[in-house]
Amino acid sequence: MTDGLAIETHELTKQYGNNRVVNQLDLRVPERQITAFLGRNGAGKSTTIKMLLGITSPTSGTGLVLGKKIQDAAQSRDLRREVAFVAEDKQLYSYLTVEQLVRFTRSFYADWRTDAEARLLKQFQLPTGCKVKALSKGMRTKLALLLALSRQPRLLILDEPSEGLDPVSIEELLHEIVGAVAVGATVFFSSHQISEVERIADRVCIIDHGRLLVDISLDEMRREYRRITLSFDVAPPEIRLALPGIQQVRTSGRQMTLLARENADAVIELTRDLHPVSVEVSPVALREVFLETVKEAQ
Amino acid sequence: MIFKLNPSAGQPLYSQVVQQVRHAMETGILCDGDALPGIRTLAEELVVSPNTIAKAYSELEHAGLLELRHGSGAYVIVKRRLKSRAERTRAAQVRVQALVESLHADGFSGEEIQRMFAAELFYDASLERKP
Repeated sequence: MTDGLAIETHELTKQYGNNRVVNQLDLRVPERQITAFLGRNGAGKSTTIKMLLGITSPTSGTGLVLGKKIQDAAQSRDLRREVAFVAEDKQLYSYLTVEQLVRFTRSFYADWRTDAEARLLKQFQLPTGCKVKALSKGMRTKLALLLALSRQPRLLILDEPSEGLDPVSIEELLHEIVGAVAVGATVFFSSHQISEVERIADRVCIIDHGRLLVDISLDEMRREYRRITLSFDVAPPEIRLALPGIQQVRTSGRQMTLLARENADAVIELTRDLHPVSVEVSPVALREVFLETVKEAQ
Repeated sequence: MIFKLNPSAGQPLYSQVVQQVRHAMETGILCDGDALPGIRTLAEELVVSPNTIAKAYSELEHAGLLELRHGSGAYVIVKRRLKSRAERTRAAQVRVQALVESLHADGFSGEEIQRMFAAELFYDASLERKP
């Protein structure tokens, strides 16, 4: 894909007192792709999203969303017309019924699709006459998703969209995300569900302590990341493999494992000189990349 | 055709699609002129990014194995070369079968044999790769 960027930030920073929640973040989200935003609780994901949408202003740094400046009030208002957003807390007007809230929201947007609204109401089995405050957490999430997915926005920003959903609803949500991208939307979503990210995302950004640690396409990750296990019939040599791309070396008994971010072939070539009795190369799943990255950062 | 994608495998999803289509052509599961679903339909069916399917189809088209007709889908092109490859693939399967049987006879379990194959192929693939 040679499209442009839907989101681009430059040294975006948010500080609350002495606490730097987002730290000089350079985020690049390509258009018409699905980008997942991963990080531990409190890593800075939601604050970043709030800055992108003008809900909170950055302490320093700049950002463009759909080519519009996030710090400029008028441009920020314009960009929100083209963005659909589901917030982490899924706060909705609790005194309205489901039907009233849908009707109310519909009146604001020119890109509303009544066919999608009807389909999702049925699919999510939302009780239309029920007051929002009486809905379960999962149902409220479904309603928030319906309000976002019934539009045809250029950019969908979803903050933990699958939180509290049952497996059937998660599948329906993923289906909707795929469908939105198929008609040209960009999706940027945060999630703790690594397995769903691994299935649908084109790219993954991993953030920790407000800093961007990994920004990679999943194709590249699958192709490049390798776990190399060397087994020896004596104690493994104490060496430092100073090769770019080696993220970690661990020894256990007569075995040594290396995590290579790139250059796996060069690493394998090099390890031959250590005369291992066997060399095993295996792929590295996103879960492992995430855990190792976050662990490394500590 | 039925696709089986493994998101945790060390191979991009688009190339898994490409490989499975190629394999289906080589074994005769897909024949000349057969239709594959459109990009959106297949992406929704497999619940993967539409970019994955678009990339796979574009690679297959580039290799002359698929014809993309705007609005009407994707059609398989099976050349004669592939047909002879289909026969070779079947012969290779017989050889693999014989090897697996003899390893079984030597007391190796299915799991052990699978691991040996996987390690060998992975080692091979990693060395073959050129940046």
